Amino acid sequence: MTFDRAAPVVLGIETSCDETGIGIVRGTTLLANAIASSMDEHARYGGVVPEIAARAHLEALTPTIHSALTEAQLTFDDIDAIAVTSGPGLSGALMVGVAAAKGLAVATGKPLYAVNHLVGHVGVDLVTPDSEPLEYPTIALLVSGGHTSLLFVRDLVSDVELLGETIDDAAGEAFDKVARVLGLPYPGGPHIDRVAIGGNPKAIRFPRGLSQPKDMAAHRYDFSFSGLKTSVARWVEARTDRGEEIPVADVAASFREAVADVLVTKALAACADRDVPRLLLGGGVVANARIRALAEERAAAAGVTLRIPPLALCTDNGAMIAALGAQLIMRGAAPSSLDFGADSTLPVTEIQVV
Amino acid sequence: MSDANELLLAIDTSAGTSVAVIDGARGVLSEANGFDTMKHAEVIGRLIERALAEASVRPLELTGVVAGMGPGPFTGLRVGIAAAHAFALGLGVPVLAVVSHDAIALAAQRGGRSGELLVVSDARRREVYWSLFDLGAPLPVRLDGPGLAKPDALPHSHAQTLDAAHVSAGALGLVALELRRTGQAFASDQALYLRSPDVTLSTGAKRVTQR
Ligand SMILES: [Zn+2]
Repeated sequence: MTFDRAAPVVLGIETSCDETGIGIVRGTTLLANAIASSMDEHARYGGVVPEIAARAHLEALTPTIHSALTEAQLTFDDIDAIAVTSGPGLSGALMVGVAAAKGLAVATGKPLYAVNHLVGHVGVDLVTPDSEPLEYPTIALLVSGGHTSLLFVRDLVSDVELLGETIDDAAGEAFDKVARVLGLPYPGGPHIDRVAIGGNPKAIRFPRGLSQPKDMAAHRYDFSFSGLKTSVARWVEARTDRGEEIPVADVAASFREAVADVLVTKALAACADRDVPRLLLGGGVVANARIRALAEERAAAAGVTLRIPPLALCTDNGAMIAALGAQLIMRGAAPSSLDFGADSTLPVTEIQVV
Repeated sequence: MSDANELLLAIDTSAGTSVAVIDGARGVLSEANGFDTMKHAEVIGRLIERALAEASVRPLELTGVVAGMGPGPFTGLRVGIAAAHAFALGLGVPVLAVVSHDAIALAAQRGGRSGELLVVSDARRREVYWSLFDLGAPLPVRLDGPGLAKPDALPHSHAQTLDAAHVSAGALGLVALELRRTGQAFASDQALYLRSPDVTLSTGAKRVTQR
């Protein structure tokens, strides 16, 4: 490789769910973050439809790469390497990005890095403008419609441990399902936030999944949201059957509180257990105002430094993939071989697929 | 540019994975194939490399990239189209879209078939894709299709049938050259899925408690 390994220009391709993300970084400097989302196309189905997402990626790919290059004011000649999400995610969606990355890499002769989506959510912190990078080790809580994972990151490119994850629904899915119970549109998160204003978060005590002492033994850092969703539905159905009005603001606020409480409690427990006074949040659900507020309040009380990247870098994007690719190059990693595929269940310990 | 100066990379993943390099004057220079119908994303990069190496062609010499647009099973089909688009984008050359069945018909014609031919390929879920061709012209003419049908409900049952399990990227490239030489239109740039995504509309929340 003939480029500057200290500050490589990397184009990142992300297609693991419903956002086609193309990002460009130079070392730790963010140059472009272009995103095309198929979210609106999923709205009428109440959740991400994998085939619709994959079709949308194929359509959006070329225009989004153009947008990113334009935003960065670069041409392909200026790009040193390509990074792409190999997994985890929706397999048909991932394959579009993997195929495009390989086509681009062979056409231009540029090295290709196949990377882990979840670790990318952590790596994006390094390219967040105007902020000092987070120190390591750190605990990372990644929450979206596709994943809910708690990571112990000792080193971004070489040592990431999965502490726990959801054993059923992702937190974002719970928001979508509860929104449906309340007759609110998809995606649920912003609508729950909207109707929760003025509601009493303590009005109804919804269950905190896997938080009982017996569950904490086996699932200390795991999450479960399907029981919570059912509990909300049951509560609403009982009222409806009795002909009573549903206090939507109280239900939304109480549900949201249950999610925020269990997420923040478990994340801070990990910080305490591992003696790590740093917590990084990532994933689209971080957009939720109450989750952010509760994390800020309790992290401050626990003496934990909290980091939340700006929202455009929290939701799935190509910049996080480019950022992780750049880190790998800066640390001397060899490119991936051309033989990798899309791995929908890629473990978080596999930071780069070689 | 006259077609003699064309040097094309052709990619088709509507069945297995096929990549070829086609020269406007000399025809098919190389063709690399993977026959696994589940591993398109894994093999696409290597097969492109191999086709280029066997043809002794460097990417920068290429004048266009031919993409097989299907019909074909969704997930695999997209791999070739995405790779073709990104490859062309990286080089700044055009994508030439070709219906994959047209390549099957051309290969059949060059192999000695004539008359009317019903090309049939696997669409999974006990269905097939079909296209009807007249092989009489220098370039086979697609008379009908591509379409999707149950095998026992195929149209044009009078025609001889060719059940194809392989699409040759070499033949796909030759179709592109022929289309360009005769000034005919390329296919639309939309993947030929011929099926809607399998989804049912959300009917609101389902009850969790018994009444
Ligand atoms: Zn994500």
